[in-house]
Amino acid sequence: MKTAVFVEKNPLTNRLRDVSMELAWKAHSLMAEHSGEVVGLFVGDQLPEDTERLFQYGMDRLIQFTSSELNHLHSTAFKHILKAMIEAEEPDFVLFGATHTGRDVAPLVASAMKTGLTADCTQLYVDDFKDSGKILYQVRPAFGGNILATIVTPEHRPIMSTVREGVMLLPEKGLDRKPNITTFDATVQPEWIRSKFLSTVAKVSTINFQAANTVVAGGAGVGSRDNFKLVFDLAHALGAEVGASRAAVDFGFVDKERQIGQTGSVVRPKLYIACGISGSVQHRAGMEDSAKIVAINTDPQAPIFGIAHMGIVGDMKEVIPTMIKYLKEEAQ
Amino acid sequence: MKKIVVLAKQVPDTANVTGDAMKPDGTVNRAALPAIFNPEDLNALEMGLTIGEKLGFEVHVVTMGPPKAVEILKHALYMGADRVWLISDRRFAAADTLATSYVLAKAVEKLGDVQMVLAGRQAIDGDTAQVGPQVAEKIDFNQVTYVTELKEINSGHVVVERDGETRSETIRTGFPVLLTVTAEANTPRFANAARMLQFFRAGLESDFQEENLGDAKANNWIVPTWTLDDMGLDPARCGLNGSPTKVHKIKSITLKGTDLQLFNRDKTGIQEMVRNIVKDYVEVER
Ligand SMILES: Cc1cc2nc3c(=O)[nH]c(=O)nc-3n(C[C@H](O)[C@H](O)[C@H](O)COP(=O)(O)OP(=O)(O)OC[C@H]3O[C@@H](n4cnc5c(N)ncnc54)[C@H](O)[C@@H]3O)c2cc1C
Ligand SMILES: Nc1ncnc2c1ncn2[C@@H]1O[C@H](COP(=O)(O)O)[C@@H](O)[C@H]1O
Repeated sequence: MKTAVFVEKNPLTNRLRDVSMELAWKAHSLMAEHSGEVVGLFVGDQLPEDTERLFQYGMDRLIQFTSSELNHLHSTAFKHILKAMIEAEEPDFVLFGATHTGRDVAPLVASAMKTGLTADCTQLYVDDFKDSGKILYQVRPAFGGNILATIVTPEHRPIMSTVREGVMLLPEKGLDRKPNITTFDATVQPEWIRSKFLSTVAKVSTINFQAANTVVAGGAGVGSRDNFKLVFDLAHALGAEVGASRAAVDFGFVDKERQIGQTGSVVRPKLYIACGISGSVQHRAGMEDSAKIVAINTDPQAPIFGIAHMGIVGDMKEVIPTMIKYLKEEAQ
Repeated sequence: MKKIVVLAKQVPDTANVTGDAMKPDGTVNRAALPAIFNPEDLNALEMGLTIGEKLGFEVHVVTMGPPKAVEILKHALYMGADRVWLISDRRFAAADTLATSYVLAKAVEKLGDVQMVLAGRQAIDGDTAQVGPQVAEKIDFNQVTYVTELKEINSGHVVVERDGETRSETIRTGFPVLLTVTAEANTPRFANAARMLQFFRAGLESDFQEENLGDAKANNWIVPTWTLDDMGLDPARCGLNGSPTKVHKIKSITLKGTDLQLFNRDKTGIQEMVRNIVKDYVEVER
């Protein structure tokens, strides 16, 4: 068996996207059970500077094609080269990060290969399926997150999926492996370069949910942008990152990049404090794997209490200042 | 005449899923949900109308769906679309993105002289964001996904801004091209009152009585429908047959249920909770 993983970097830092390592590790654990191989597929202008990390996270081999013309996302060129790589390698499964690059390119490759592509999978496992042998079972939220569907692609190969960053876990410690990189032979055809990139501007984000042990998040119940300062204050007192529900973002209390959930970031901190968040399925999709969940909500019936470990039924405007006071005392 | 095609889908309003929208077996009762114009397809249509006005291209809206989807096509007429098309056939049912994009790509080809295709970034029922790119692949158009702004239009090219996630990109592309448009890109215009008066009676041919058909035709009230046979499609590539992905199992999402420890909202309760939090999980800033 073989699983291919699309390897993606942040072009501005020239470092791997976390999702590429997460997928390498996931593929490694899937393939370990079936004595299969994990190959990476990289297309771009130059290899990421930390490429060796892929091997620490379970990749067996990396196939790379680099060309100075591919310094931007030229979708058609990516499609042709990835398709050629997949045809040469014949993997059973191909995994892409559900990033804005993965979601641009993966559908093109699946369309060109006339195979199935399942978006935003949250669980993947390999098992028998009727007469099709071993296939990939792909679990994904659907219908605005109200249901979980298991999708199968019994009769087509490769079976393709995308997975969002942060959904698959990395181990504390990787493997001790040497890089194994081969170069793929291809030529970029001029008609594959169809867009002119006039400029690119880095989006500077100071938010790092991955590094945060604690996330304090606010929702519609916070009530105003002014009140949201309380959420920041509590986060500050805890050394935490600030998150938000979509309703809080839509009301303009905070920037969109803080949104947690199905259409925001997926976080898994040791501690998640939800203030004025009802706990919709879409929000839970981004935080319910947090180790401990604390809820502060005026409504004892709010679904968030169904997944919380600790909670206070009360007004966050009153609870938070008192929490901060006692946190400071505890810190003495 | 040169054309812009906007791909639009009627979707259940998944943002307002209430209790009775879920059947006891965990599947979705679509009938209990209001059907709406997929939100980002309105942004695609708005962009199409803007570009169409500027370049003198005709704006066509195409949807694949059941007859009821004519509702969004009427709304597209109210907003200013020149022509609308319903692609409908029982054999299109249960299509995944590969089968859907096959049918839509053929519709674009059948219309002919299409310079630009606009799709929403994603549909809120499936959230796959795959149909746009897969149409582009089949008709061999250039594509720009995640368009957040239309910066420049002229007869030779457009300049758009793309949300590249870690960066924003300003991209110039000539025609033909397919763009997938995000909610940030614009504010969709409202239905135009005069056009509502003009088209409120628009519908499918089957909606009209024999004796009113002549009238309906004269007023352009008939929304044309294309079936699988009208388009000469391969039934093996449509609907469930043409879909490599199959739904194996569906489960409604239930709360996991934890041992919830509730604290009083008075000072003592809050202090107790803070102690619990600090004990195990926090490196408090000193
Ligand atoms: C396709 C799709 C994708 C989505 N993606 C996401 C996503 O990624 N992330 C996301 O969060 N949502 C997402 N949503 C939206 C989601 O359905 C909910 O609308 C949203 O999560 C609700 O946010 P909320 O809990 O802040 O607001 P509400 O549901 O309005 O809840 C506010 C809560 O605050 C409580 N409250 C009120 N006043 C106070 C007070 N003074 N003190 C304490 N508590 C108070 C109320 O009791 C209530 O429980 C998505 C929806 C769709 C359809
Ligand atoms: N049945 C359909 N008819 C017309 N357009 C569609 C259809 N399905 C998807 N689309 C278009 O493709 C976009 C992405 O859909 P999806 O891949 O389902 O998220 C939508 O926003 C529409 O523009």
